[in-house]
Amino acid sequence: MKSNDLLELAGRNLRESSFRNSLTTLGVAVGVASLVAMLSLGAGLQNLVSDRFSRSGLFNTIGVFTARDFRGMQQNERRGGVMDTKARPLDLQARTEISALPDVLEVYPEIRMLTDVSFQGRTLFTSVSGLSPSARQNEAFEKMRGRFFSSPDADEVILHVDFARDLLAPADASGDALPLQTAPPRGNTPEVSDAQLDGLLGKEIVLHYGERQETPPATPGASSRPASRPPPAAGPAGASAQPEDAVSFSVVRREKTLRIVGIIDNEPYAGITASSTARVFLPVALGEKLRPAMPSSLRDLMQARPSAGGETYSALIVRVDDPARVQPTQDALKKMGFRTFSLLDATKSLRRVFVILDLFLAIFGSVALVVASLGIVNTLVMSVLERRREIGLLKALGASDADVKRLFFVEAGVMGAFGGALGVALGWAIGRAINFGTNIYLTRQELPHETIVLLPLWLIGGAVGFAVAVSLAAGIYPAARAARLDPVQVLRYE
Amino acid sequence: MDNGNSNSPAGAAIRAENLCRHYRMGESLVKALDGVSLEIHAGQRVALVGASGSGKSTLLHLMAGLDRPTSGTIETQGRNLGAMTSLELAAHRRSTVGMIFQAFHLMPRMTLEENVELPLRLAEVPRQERPERVRLALERVGLRARAGHRPGELSGGEQQRAAIARALVNRPSILLADEPTGNLDSHNGAEIMRLIAELNSSMRMTVVLVTHEQNLAAEFAQRVVVLSDGRLAEEPRRAGEQAGVPR
Repeated sequence: MKSNDLLELAGRNLRESSFRNSLTTLGVAVGVASLVAMLSLGAGLQNLVSDRFSRSGLFNTIGVFTARDFRGMQQNERRGGVMDTKARPLDLQARTEISALPDVLEVYPEIRMLTDVSFQGRTLFTSVSGLSPSARQNEAFEKMRGRFFSSPDADEVILHVDFARDLLAPADASGDALPLQTAPPRGNTPEVSDAQLDGLLGKEIVLHYGERQETPPATPGASSRPASRPPPAAGPAGASAQPEDAVSFSVVRREKTLRIVGIIDNEPYAGITASSTARVFLPVALGEKLRPAMPSSLRDLMQARPSAGGETYSALIVRVDDPARVQPTQDALKKMGFRTFSLLDATKSLRRVFVILDLFLAIFGSVALVVASLGIVNTLVMSVLERRREIGLLKALGASDADVKRLFFVEAGVMGAFGGALGVALGWAIGRAINFGTNIYLTRQELPHETIVLLPLWLIGGAVGFAVAVSLAAGIYPAARAARLDPVQVLRYE
Repeated sequence: MDNGNSNSPAGAAIRAENLCRHYRMGESLVKALDGVSLEIHAGQRVALVGASGSGKSTLLHLMAGLDRPTSGTIETQGRNLGAMTSLELAAHRRSTVGMIFQAFHLMPRMTLEENVELPLRLAEVPRQERPERVRLALERVGLRARAGHRPGELSGGEQQRAAIARALVNRPSILLADEPTGNLDSHNGAEIMRLIAELNSSMRMTVVLVTHEQNLAAEFAQRVVVLSDGRLAEEPRRAGEQAGVPR
């Protein structure tokens, strides 16, 4: 029998016992709804966490370091950390090459410095970090006061709210009246009204920082001396001559006036190695232009970094377009002679956790579907008993055993498909209700709304497919029983 | 007595050779058919008669390919049904034989045309051909005007005619009728027998009819085969007839 005829006959049979078949289909729908609701919850939670991490830039960011001084966060990286003095420097040429790699969205140095910040006669000592334009996606900026930087190198800053409060606090609020103060620890910030915070926007602060100015080596005659031998004494002060590959720079005090354009409540992610404790943020390109002396500058001095000329970086942050491209990009960077670090392993662990969570949710959700499948078995067995005469007649008219089996399979499959579709709709409605209820609670807690339950396309297709598969499995026994019916006996006695 | 000697095996529509169908009922062995040899020629109209339990319906079911012999052979158009797979038997029932039953066995929720279309669905006849074939079959049994009715809206005679239309629609070469008048009054019974005889004549269709009514068989059939306790008994002859030769 052709498929469309089978479908027609199955549909006719299902309509003939519409009440019973509807109840059975509803049972499947409830089972699928339970499964869908559970897995939607898992998918929603996974998405919530992944989205947070993704927007934080953690999962598509790679830290790049020169091979000679890498002090990574992973033990296995650290074990191989013998200093390689011939390692390739992380300089401008390297930065250009890294930028040209496929999948790389942006490459920027880590800007991090300690500065004095003056505002209306007060000076606070704090930490400043550079932010790349892509940091705009970070959720820390979602509900900020003011706005993000107007351009990649604008003379603008964004303040952490704690620091903003410190700027606004009375001079004696933190217990002393010295003109130079350090920002008080978090959680110990003075009370400042929202209006006062808003009033900071558009005002200017002055950044006092040390600019690094490269200077040429002072003793050119020292070039003939082998590097392995101790340098001879030079001059009455007893100072040593500089080695051939020495880096020499001066630190000059500078001031830069910057406009406050935003205030954020949460700390954004601003680099792979550190950043989250900064209180003042400026555009990373501006940070580069300022050429500040950073803690890493001293390390450059001590390690006498060889460079092709110009600037070297202690670390570069590489952002790729897709977390899946992190590993290939890391491999390419390693081939270029650099050390890398990413949170890929952390991602894998997170995914493993969610796979296990989804598995358990699916098991619990499937229980109802298994119970529903028993309903299908019951309905179809009853149907076989009621339709013995019809089955016998079909066989007498030329239906094969396979035709009879297929007829019952199609009936089971149709119930599964309808039940699955209805179940997905029910599951979606349950998910919406959970989202609605959760967001009412979050609103009362003055927290932003979240999508706790998510119904992805794969789950819709998968749930309907699973319902059909379970229904077909449930149809095996009744279909076999129908196919086994002896038409002679049936037609004689029915 | 019909001993199965055939005039021409090549012209035999149905041929049984030492056919046995035994089955167990509890401890005892029931010999529903026990060594029946029989040959029915193409186009012949044969009545199988006998008392209840004589084996006539069993023989009909074996001819239809609904059952398999315990031993012996049963052939239709030269093909041994006992050696066929279940798929081949299903194909045999779809294309070679048409069956009608005492209880009509129409699908109660289907209209007459849907009932008649059912064998066409099973035989995978293209959809565009079906309406015309259904119309012709219903026309042949005089029920074209009732095509949209359900079986419950028809008399017993009309239901049996609809069942005949269903049996004819796949153009079988053999029509097997199991007590076709058993549920009908004498008038309707006679009508059905006339219809079957007319189909036999006009379509050159071999007809095997099971009945326990000897008079009806004698009036209708060209040849009457009597079964008793699973064996062939004396075959009654009409004046001027030879056994096994159609009128």
